[in-house]
Amino acid sequence: MAKTFKGRPVVAGKIDKGDAVVSHFGVNTLASFQKSALKKTSEVICSDQNNPDLFEKNLTKKVVCLPKTIGSTTGGMVLYTVCALGIAPAAMLFSETIDSLAAAGVILSEVWTDNTIVAVDGLGQEFLDYVKDGMKITVNEDGVVSVDNN
Amino acid sequence: MNCKMNLTPEEQGILNGEQGETMQKVMRSLVMYGDAFGAKRFVPVTGKGHLVTSFGISVLKPVFSIMDELIAAGLKVDETFTVDPRPLDYENVKCNPLEKLIFNKMMYGMQDPYEEQLKKLGLKSDKAFTCTCYMDEVGNEPKKGDVLSWAESSAVVYANSVLGARCNRNSGIIELFGSILGKVPEFDLLTGEGRRAKWIVEVKTSKKPEAQILGSAIGMKVMEDVPFIKGLDKFIGTTLGDAAKAYLKDMGAATASNGAVGLYHVENLTPEAVESGGSLVQDDAKVYVIDDAELERVRGSYPNVWKKPGAQPSRCFIGCPHLSFAQLGEWTGRFESELKKQGRQKVSLSTVLTAAPEVLERFQRENKAAYDKLLSFGVKLSSICPLMYMNNPLCGKKPVVTNSNKLRTYTSARYFTDDEIAQIAVKGGF
Repeated sequence: MAKTFKGRPVVAGKIDKGDAVVSHFGVNTLASFQKSALKKTSEVICSDQNNPDLFEKNLTKKVVCLPKTIGSTTGGMVLYTVCALGIAPAAMLFSETIDSLAAAGVILSEVWTDNTIVAVDGLGQEFLDYVKDGMKITVNEDGVVSVDNN
Repeated sequence: MNCKMNLTPEEQGILNGEQGETMQKVMRSLVMYGDAFGAKRFVPVTGKGHLVTSFGISVLKPVFSIMDELIAAGLKVDETFTVDPRPLDYENVKCNPLEKLIFNKMMYGMQDPYEEQLKKLGLKSDKAFTCTCYMDEVGNEPKKGDVLSWAESSAVVYANSVLGARCNRNSGIIELFGSILGKVPEFDLLTGEGRRAKWIVEVKTSKKPEAQILGSAIGMKVMEDVPFIKGLDKFIGTTLGDAAKAYLKDMGAATASNGAVGLYHVENLTPEAVESGGSLVQDDAKVYVIDDAELERVRGSYPNVWKKPGAQPSRCFIGCPHLSFAQLGEWTGRFESELKKQGRQKVSLSTVLTAAPEVLERFQRENKAAYDKLLSFGVKLSSICPLMYMNNPLCGKKPVVTNSNKLRTYTSARYFTDDEIAQIAVKGGF
């Protein structure tokens, strides 16, 4: 059974049944992505030891569900870089209003690469409470997010 | 593209591609950025630029591609800009051959070509590498009311709070685009409403709080909100002299790294607080009381993430953000006193004080006695970014001590107060 949530598309796009990875903490972009990027791996394995929800999980092509991003103001560049390298999440779904660093990252990716990180914000705390790792997520261009718990 | 911002005919023309494809992409990025935060219009940037990306780290190749594209299109910043500190200084911060190999081959192998790119885009000079670009000696100090396009978090919070300039907490690259366009979307900290405080912080400690712990406590509590701090003027005065500015620099960097603070007001001290007082505080502001016990609790929450938690330190970094001219003098006195106390001539721990190149030059020129003393104590002076140095996996595994809460937050370095650091550095351990 699917439950739907309505957010605001910051970078609009469609995702069909992507795999959710959920963080209930602010995601530190630099700490999460830097190690894999430095090692030039084909997938990002989250390296942020301070985030027990994401640590050592694969984030590439996943639908990352989070409140917001935190950390260094290089965060936007880091997101843009992993997107240009083709190892970024497929989408980032924010329960809160998007922060300036994540916004920069998804916008730079949209404008300056051939890839896209779909971004929807303002989905609300209920969304973050409901969604669990591995659930299938469909995102529409209008910001409607459908979470399938089967 | 459809945009919600109201653009002037010239801005719309750029968005339509009238000044070339690359400038169109710069504009599109900034318009999308403004739309995401409900900006209604662009406002002119009135202060000089400062970039957060000072390091030619090979993994950022896509960033270097953007720089190449900007240069090929003949775009550059109208006025000169400064940039964060360099990541390396082999002369003053020694590395073993393996560490050098990682720095040179795996990490910062693009440093020279990247610095060439910066020059082509308008870098001020070879000495313009510091996170404290607002120091008098560096020459990038914004005026009250200036609109900025910066990203370095410690510089943004200082410029907003201590200088009364207006700058959002931007990401790297976006800040470069704003400097190239000469305009930024107007939202959040660029607006009067965005600068009002959502928190009242009441400082009720028995003595002057350590700036780095106070900032950490405030940052962790208010996160990205604006705090109005009461009770601090009792300890640091009501005049923005060298000592107060240095205190606020260090406190602010901790608020920005332990949280995401872009602006704070200090009652009776910072320019907007002096000007507008309590009217800066929102009616529904929350209250956070900081007393001795709360500072103790915050400090006690810092984990020891050294590979061997019981190890003795092998290096000490002081100056993240970079030290001021006055702070260099203070550290000379602190070390002199501690050496005398312990009956030693030199520090026993590899100790590095960091400051902007032009601040170090002034220190050598105008306070030669202290400069010579520091060197005779065995202390090294450098303009390196300790954080970039610690990003080397081998260096990051070393047991490093610091008085910087920012360095503690982003690396494995352990935090100690100024007096404790002096004691540890002289003794060579705990």
